[in-house]
Amino acid sequence: MKNRSLVSIDDFSTEEILKILDLTKEFEKQPIRKLLAGKVIATLFFEPSTRTRLSFESAINRLGGKIVGFADASSSSVSKGETLNDTIRTVSNYCDLIVMRHPMEGSARFASEIATVPVINAGDGANQHPSQTLLDLYSIRKTQGKLDNLNIFMVGDLKYGRTVHSLMMAMSRWNTTFNFISPEELKMPDEFKLYLDNLGLKYYEHNDFTDIISRADIIYMTRVQKERFSDPIEYEKVKNVYVLRNSMLKNTKPNMRILHPLPRVNEIHQDVDNNPKAYYFEQALNGVYTRQAILCSLLGIK
Amino acid sequence: MKETKQMSVSAIQNGTVIDHVPASNLFKVIQILGLDRIDNQITFGTNLESKKLGRKAIIKISGVFFEDKDINRIALVAPDAKLNIIKDYEVVEKKVVEVPDNIIGIAKCMNPKCITNFESVTTRFRVVSKKNVALKCHYCEKITNQENLQII
Repeated sequence: MKNRSLVSIDDFSTEEILKILDLTKEFEKQPIRKLLAGKVIATLFFEPSTRTRLSFESAINRLGGKIVGFADASSSSVSKGETLNDTIRTVSNYCDLIVMRHPMEGSARFASEIATVPVINAGDGANQHPSQTLLDLYSIRKTQGKLDNLNIFMVGDLKYGRTVHSLMMAMSRWNTTFNFISPEELKMPDEFKLYLDNLGLKYYEHNDFTDIISRADIIYMTRVQKERFSDPIEYEKVKNVYVLRNSMLKNTKPNMRILHPLPRVNEIHQDVDNNPKAYYFEQALNGVYTRQAILCSLLGIK
Repeated sequence: MKETKQMSVSAIQNGTVIDHVPASNLFKVIQILGLDRIDNQITFGTNLESKKLGRKAIIKISGVFFEDKDINRIALVAPDAKLNIIKDYEVVEKKVVEVPDNIIGIAKCMNPKCITNFESVTTRFRVVSKKNVALKCHYCEKITNQENLQII
């Protein structure tokens, strides 16, 4: 994987994904290692994303690397009208690897083609966010002991949710059964269902999940955002249907875990947080180990 | 008695005739094949009657023979185009165009948030459906279908 970029989860073979997950496990055991000593990593955040940026920067710091970069475009030369092309060509000279978040879709692929160092896509608009997918896969494998033959419930905004699309595509490599639970307006788009049809994988669509929750191995919650609805009345009608409460978890499987890419608003009630099945904060911690593994893989250090 | 005048487009000795080009896309075909930048003799006619296309255009290029991969680039704008390869005034070969597997630098991505619509990037697509043309953007990974297809 040395000198490769990570733009889309599909860039990596199943074998390569599993290699990163194995390496993540090593970092979980021993996260503080000076493997990036003497390396400079650029974190270019053309749009703010505090969580992702801090997670990457924490990973870099724990590995002893140094960081250059900016946290939003207004404090960079973009505000002076510089093209992405010029920014990437210039920054390539200053660092050993670029981590980039950009609002335009396809920007990360473009950057990876002009950069002379590896690029990690930390989110390009609504398109891809592969380090999130890898940390989701790690969290699933860690809590379930395997990735094969699981029943995954995806809940909330399945239409615009970048993380659910990437996770769905990635999990389709392991014979997953999917349950999609969303309001009518935010259903999983046809192109993704067609993708599962072509692979012969089973999926079911529901508007509510209280009756079927006992079948889930993983419940992947996402935010239902008000601004996604053309009709505000529709939002008012559905906003409480997709809220997970502790009382709903009574009959769930013992191995079941709840994941959420965070930030959460109200879709997981706070009374769930102390339930041992709530896994979203550990999931965020796994993100640091996963990013350590990605950084070291692309730099050819591990 | 009035003499009937007729303009004739002379036959070419060696070269390529591209027939059944939709009249509205004649200049796009010229642009895609770079015919506006070569020194060869070229004659074209447009708004000619055609049972199949309504109005068609025809291009005769003297002394040029196209590789399949080059000529297939016009498939998006002239899917029914037919080529006659002329040698010594005789048609020695007929060809039809075929939609290629990849489209580079011809079509525009329909996604308004795609980077190719903001920076000077050569567009690249993988053709995911040839019958009803559907192109998957190499950059933003979104699909541009026939109805929304725009030639740059």
